Amino acid sequence: MLTRRTVLGTAAVLAAPASVRAQPAPIRIGEINSYSAIPSFTLPYRNGWQLAMDRINASGGVLGRKLEIISRDDTGKPQDAVRLAGELLDEQKVDILAGGYLSNVGLALSDVAQQRRRLYIAGEPLSDALVWQKGNRYCFRLRPSTYMQAAMLVEEAAKLPAKRWVSVAPNYEYGLSTVKWFKALLSAKRPDVTFAGEQWPALGKIDAGATAAALAEAQPDAILNVTFGPDLTNFVRQGNTRGLFDNRSVVSVLTGEPEYLDPLGDETPEGWIVTGYPQAQLTTAANTAFIAAYKARFNAVPGMGSVVGYSLIQSIAAGIRRAGALDADKLIDGFSGATFETPFGPASYRALDHQGTLGTFVGKTAIRDGKGIMVDWHYANGAAYLPSDQEVRALRPSAG
Amino acid sequence: MRFLAIQFLTGLSGSASLFLMSAGLTIIFGVTRVVNFAHGSLYMLGAYIGWSILTRIPHDPIWFAAGVIAAALATAGIGAAIETVLLRRLYRAPELFQLLATFGVMLVIQDLTLLIWGPNDLALPRASWLRGSVTIFGGHFPAYDLILIAIGPAVLAVLLLLLNRTRFGMLIRACTENRDLAAALGVNHRILSTSVFALGAGLAGLGGALILPDTSANTQMDLAVIVEAFVVVVVGGMGSVTGAFLASLMFGELQAFGIVLIPGATLVLVFVIMAVVLSVRPRGLLGDAPIMSVVSASGKPVRPVSLCIQAFGWGLVIMAATAPFWMPSYWLSVLTEILIAALFASSLHLIMGPGGMISFGHAAWFGLGAYSSALMSRTLSAPMPLALLAAPLTAGLVALAFGWFVVRLSGVYLAMLTLAFAQIVWAAATQWTWLTGGDDGILGVWPSGPVPFFWWVLSLSAASIWLLRRVARSPFGLALTAARDSEPRALSIGLRADRLRLVAFAVSGAAAGLAGGVFTFTSGSVFPSYIAVGKSVDVLLMVLLGGINTVIGPVAGAVAYTGFYDLLLQTTSLWRLALGLTIVTLVLAFPDGLAGNRRRWRP
Repeated sequence: MLTRRTVLGTAAVLAAPASVRAQPAPIRIGEINSYSAIPSFTLPYRNGWQLAMDRINASGGVLGRKLEIISRDDTGKPQDAVRLAGELLDEQKVDILAGGYLSNVGLALSDVAQQRRRLYIAGEPLSDALVWQKGNRYCFRLRPSTYMQAAMLVEEAAKLPAKRWVSVAPNYEYGLSTVKWFKALLSAKRPDVTFAGEQWPALGKIDAGATAAALAEAQPDAILNVTFGPDLTNFVRQGNTRGLFDNRSVVSVLTGEPEYLDPLGDETPEGWIVTGYPQAQLTTAANTAFIAAYKARFNAVPGMGSVVGYSLIQSIAAGIRRAGALDADKLIDGFSGATFETPFGPASYRALDHQGTLGTFVGKTAIRDGKGIMVDWHYANGAAYLPSDQEVRALRPSAG
Repeated sequence: MRFLAIQFLTGLSGSASLFLMSAGLTIIFGVTRVVNFAHGSLYMLGAYIGWSILTRIPHDPIWFAAGVIAAALATAGIGAAIETVLLRRLYRAPELFQLLATFGVMLVIQDLTLLIWGPNDLALPRASWLRGSVTIFGGHFPAYDLILIAIGPAVLAVLLLLLNRTRFGMLIRACTENRDLAAALGVNHRILSTSVFALGAGLAGLGGALILPDTSANTQMDLAVIVEAFVVVVVGGMGSVTGAFLASLMFGELQAFGIVLIPGATLVLVFVIMAVVLSVRPRGLLGDAPIMSVVSASGKPVRPVSLCIQAFGWGLVIMAATAPFWMPSYWLSVLTEILIAALFASSLHLIMGPGGMISFGHAAWFGLGAYSSALMSRTLSAPMPLALLAAPLTAGLVALAFGWFVVRLSGVYLAMLTLAFAQIVWAAATQWTWLTGGDDGILGVWPSGPVPFFWWVLSLSAASIWLLRRVARSPFGLALTAARDSEPRALSIGLRADRLRLVAFAVSGAAAGLAGGVFTFTSGSVFPSYIAVGKSVDVLLMVLLGGINTVIGPVAGAVAYTGFYDLLLQTTSLWRLALGLTIVTLVLAFPDGLAGNRRRWRP
């Protein structure tokens, strides 16, 4: 029966706004990346962090608060990244900075973090300097560095009978550093190897035919390739046509990542030893769930960038939970040693140098159904491919 | 022997794609005098459109050829559209002004390409006939590269036939030699310009489509090729197709063999070659084109600024001085950046406006100043004022030394030599890791001392801009303008053009160096990217946007460009599209620059 009480009671219930307890302010993360400069990596990367943020918020957030990510485009220039970091810290009042792709942007952000005494969690920048020569206590880095990737590949390269090596790497810090570490680590394991030649094509402007011919002229047994992206596609095609890879072993960094492997298509050279991400072949529970959730949300298959974005936010959530507060010193203590979940399994940030132990997969390339994939792969845990603690301490600035 | 033969042929095939790019650019420049910054974008569009077409048709050679030609025609159509809609309205503006418009077009095309084709690299699956190789002296050489080697001279032959045996070609040559006279004789310049632009765009599109078997279509293609295309065009001589062919041959071979001899020289090889050629033949190999000028030949000295605007300017400075008290710190950082950009642009304006010298490499001085401040501060632990002093001194001295070579050239050749030098400095900054830290840069250069750094920036910028204005209006500045307008006349009254220009160059370099030094302390670090081509282009755009004829021009341009850029970057992910459209609109509305006269719309 419709009484006055019923009507008034219903109206009161409907009219009561947040008589439910008030929502606490969200934790804000300021994310900066090179969205316009390297869209092939950063767009899957953004999907990855959006997925992570939604999942964390769906299961209650962090410390009872939701996560909010404010994202900016640094156009690949460190000076823009620095200015935007200032905007995020001062205008948007973010609690933590994150992101970065290029190493110089990562270093600039790390410097801002130190100056402003706020945390910066670097996702993709691979330069060793970020945690070693120019490391500081406010900067943490997720992905395995050039040293670690080189070490993982050296482990396989040392098993090859090859003695005479040549290298081809893009002419900037990433290429220089990878080749340097590869040479040093391989020579330590195999004193009999020689490095007979090297090529340094400018990034994005490789003269693939000339480079391939120059490498072949040195008559190597094996080749170290550090080129990626369109340079890699160009190099592979010219190398295939000119028979550069016939009867030669090739060790190639990052080539197993879907972003770089897919454009090779049915020209994927077989038998290359690469680091990368085997995607759906990795049938661990964590990865299968990740791929399913990603597909459901974005109707696409995740790439390596997606794994980095997802793992980055998961690591930040784990670090904040462990810290229990958003004050910088507590955060540093919380992040140092924090363990977090990634599609590759659990990983953590080392207290010694703030380097993440997230590893990558090492395997061989092959062609299935006209597409390149990784086979015979195994997971290389980042923690196992780092130099001794003494060496690390010697590399880091004494202010720590 | 085998290696030499294979490498020689590789150089030839590399030169073929270089030639297609540069032929289009040189023809466009020869007739329309447009420095087409969007040429790399047309190349990229040719690749993407070619990919879209070629992945949908059968893979045998006839279809491939048809698809490539279709892509080239589509790109030609886009070129014609750009010319009709935009560039045609700018022909009355000073010649270099169209560069600004084409830069806007480039930005728009970058974002549109991303929107239409997505972020992934698009690789064309190669049919079996494209993967074949021929055996030469026992080594494998790709069969497709032989096709490319044949295409180069074929296209050259067609172009020469077109230029020398057809009426259209005769009109092109007439306009290249003397546009005004050709117009006076009744040549329909509009249709000619459109068709020439379409031809140039079509050649670029052809070049883009033809590289698809070798590499993937990607969003960085445009920037990767444009600088090298300009270098080839300049070395060959602007407006000369045969020159472009010879230059691409030279570059193709030198690069193919250069990387064997000095693998690490890949960053600078092209520019060192250009610098050498220009010092021996200042007009390029076969160049005979007239000098490209920045200002229309009206011979006006830089206009004085009215008292009203002067007072307004000082008022702004005083208001800005109080900013640290009330402005939020992010906007303060934007204002700091604008002030530094204004100083940087004003320094370039000194040599571009009164001096009449175009510089494509002004970032070199900025970078030198930035690095010297950083090194003083970090390596020598100098206090900040001393580090800031080192910046203009270092940059000015190097500018004085380098200027000696530069002031002997003129027009676009001078501009390209400055670009070459900037690229060499950039490569040194990248590769001399022991000094500069290489790509990792120098970190931790933060301001110290009790005075908020913003006041340093404001006072240094304002004082330097005021000084530069005094220089431009001083007897020295007027003499410089006189030398710009007519060197022989100036010489007849005792003014030595090259000495005047050298001093101007040094002063300009010093001011740019100061801007760089201040910038280092603002962002806390210095990287080789401060010397990259992008930085030189940015400051050039600011000066052009603001207008050459006034002294507040560069300041207005710096404020507008930096302000728009920062605002759009924060606001939208399609900031390039927005910025490009903004620039194009501003260019159409203010063909004399923001500080020039507003265009009177004619019916």
